[in-house]
Amino acid sequence: MSDDEKRIGVFICHCGSNIAGFVDVPAVTEYVKTLPDVVFATRNLYTCADDGLTSIRESIKEHKLNRVVVAACTPRTHAPLFQGVCQEAGLNKYLFTFVNIRDQCSWVHMKEKEKATEKAKDLLRMGVARARLLQPQEEARVGVTSAAVVIGGGVAGMSAALSIADQGFPVRLVEKESELGGFVRQLSSIYQDRKDAGSVLKSIIDRVKGNPNIELFLNSEVTAAEGFVGNYDIVIDTKGKERKDKVGVIVLATGTKEYIPKGLYGYGQSPNIVTLTEFEGLVKARKLPKMSSIAFIQCVGARGQDKTYCSRICCNVSLKNAMNLAENYKNVLGLEEAGAATEAATPMEAPAEGGERRRGRRGRRGGAEGSEEETTLAGPKLEIVIFNRDIMAYGIEHELTYNKAREKRVRLVRYTPKNLPQVSVEDGKLVIDYYHETLQMQRKMSPDMIVLATPLTAQADAKDISMMLKVPVGQDGFFLEAHVKLRPVDFATDGIYVCGTCKGPADITEAVSQGIAAASRACIPLARGYVQPEALSAYVDSDVCSGCGTCIEVCPFSAIRKNEQGKAEVTIAACKGCGNCGATCPENAIFMNCYSDEQLLAEAKAALQEVKG
Amino acid sequence: MSEWDPKIVAFCCNWCSYAGADLAGVSRMQYPPNARVIRVMCTGRLEPEFILRAFELGADGVLVAGCHIGDCHYVSGNERAVEKIAMTAELLDVLGIDKRRLRLEWISASEGRIFADTMKDFVDKIKELGPSPAKGAVK
Repeated sequence: MSDDEKRIGVFICHCGSNIAGFVDVPAVTEYVKTLPDVVFATRNLYTCADDGLTSIRESIKEHKLNRVVVAACTPRTHAPLFQGVCQEAGLNKYLFTFVNIRDQCSWVHMKEKEKATEKAKDLLRMGVARARLLQPQEEARVGVTSAAVVIGGGVAGMSAALSIADQGFPVRLVEKESELGGFVRQLSSIYQDRKDAGSVLKSIIDRVKGNPNIELFLNSEVTAAEGFVGNYDIVIDTKGKERKDKVGVIVLATGTKEYIPKGLYGYGQSPNIVTLTEFEGLVKARKLPKMSSIAFIQCVGARGQDKTYCSRICCNVSLKNAMNLAENYKNVLGLEEAGAATEAATPMEAPAEGGERRRGRRGRRGGAEGSEEETTLAGPKLEIVIFNRDIMAYGIEHELTYNKAREKRVRLVRYTPKNLPQVSVEDGKLVIDYYHETLQMQRKMSPDMIVLATPLTAQADAKDISMMLKVPVGQDGFFLEAHVKLRPVDFATDGIYVCGTCKGPADITEAVSQGIAAASRACIPLARGYVQPEALSAYVDSDVCSGCGTCIEVCPFSAIRKNEQGKAEVTIAACKGCGNCGATCPENAIFMNCYSDEQLLAEAKAALQEVKG
Repeated sequence: MSEWDPKIVAFCCNWCSYAGADLAGVSRMQYPPNARVIRVMCTGRLEPEFILRAFELGADGVLVAGCHIGDCHYVSGNERAVEKIAMTAELLDVLGIDKRRLRLEWISASEGRIFADTMKDFVDKIKELGPSPAKGAVK
């Protein structure tokens, strides 16, 4: 085998049915085999799964491949994985190239399989043309500023900050508000055991404040961030006072806000129609009115009513509150003496009468369906109804809470999007007119209070932060991770991580897990002490360079200077490979490592090539 | 296959528009399959030559898509692109190729919808213009 001989291996991913459902993968594979220098082509159910990776590793050896092409999803999430496999098999990772036939083909042309297949063939032809011109590269090492900034001081951000600090790295924790705690500050109790939210929060806040590695910035925002993994220049603004700082990594934990259900279910027409979080606030402040019945309405403004998504936590929050009312109603309603107030977490004696009546009626049959319409109440004084489309009490603990709620005679009444409950306020009295799906009857109730469970939504400034850090937000304004399953707390941009409710509705357990996960990811470059930026840099052919200096002018990073011979010279560690110099050089003396003129033109040529048959 | 279908080459910067295209995919936004995306690190990487060659090789339209001004991953690369694309458009004019066949768009990583809409709109516009006269002019 001569040094020049190109031996290209192509691996085409079905991605289950994500690609294969909309592109004729076998036909594409057969086509690829006809392309120049392709000595091996195969297809995998999931190229990123173990057997797919093994197939790459083994084929490199078996077929003496010296170029690898994977046609699958996007290089932005999966290139490092496949490059790693190439390297394991002894192939320089720069001899790998990626072809995107999912995000930019099968998923966007789902109704035209024939054309999508043609496009996939074209894209592969382009990838192979590029692969033929790839050259091995060596990577330079760049030092890392050993510090992190965490933006947002809610439970996710605090958990991340603590975890990074505990691993020995200095952390700047930047919180917009005047105190730590984020969304959870508004809550009265947290679910499962209904512990007091304030005391749970306090234990985390105390640890944050007591940690010598954490520098706290309250009333502050990060207003600028420039740089790359390991080396970010940031500006922290505290009420107009700016501090310039250097950090190696950035963790985003900017949190969420509750959806305000303007114009839905009588919201705003009565002080007794409140959102779930407002209800928590009333419980916390012990300001609930005395009442004999209360209704929760789930999915308000969610799942297609306005926001498209399910907010995940509201079913469990409503169940928690319903249980709290059922078991603890005197305390919750503030009917107990002041001393009992601090023990909200301790269940009060269940109303004996109600409990006995329940057992009496249901006997040991357990779970008798259809009896929910009976007049037995959660307690002798409080009727609790949860209007829902379907209760999503996911996980073991929540399912148990759900069962307990049913035992406590919390009524769970289903509605459908076609038949929403109608709320009206008549002389200050609340009325819910609803269609009972099980009974197939129109019914009415007059609760003393209506609680609207609305979704968590993206913060108003998420978009600005997204622009500043150049990280994406999705359709609903939440930050978008690099990969929903495989890289849930990374962004596609190295060095920036995301956790908590700024990336979608999450409960405290999940926010804490994500905070710790993001911290563990963020600590990798910090602990290693260096990063190896991709070898994308520019090179100057000093024989051709005329020393005109145009490249020095256009370089955004001052990475080019004139050497003693008056020729341009690139500082590799500072060069980020944008290619502005290469595109501007009047002598064509600048060569871009991985995006050379030849490679780009070869791709264009392959894209436009007429294919016969 | 005799019916003419526009061929479009789209140069997308890695950081914004390529990511925007990915987002359009993840969101399953459907758009016409005419474009072939070539990934570049920055729109500032594009030489007028690449675009002229693409037309020479048979492109009916060339889309250049990058980060919004002020938002470039490389600080000012997209500002360079503005200058180069404007110049290239003038060259196309001289060569008798309709300037509207070359389009520069800013599409951020979060603008999957704009990517899909741009694709639809550009394909429609190119269909109105018909096949490029430059196609096959040079062999």
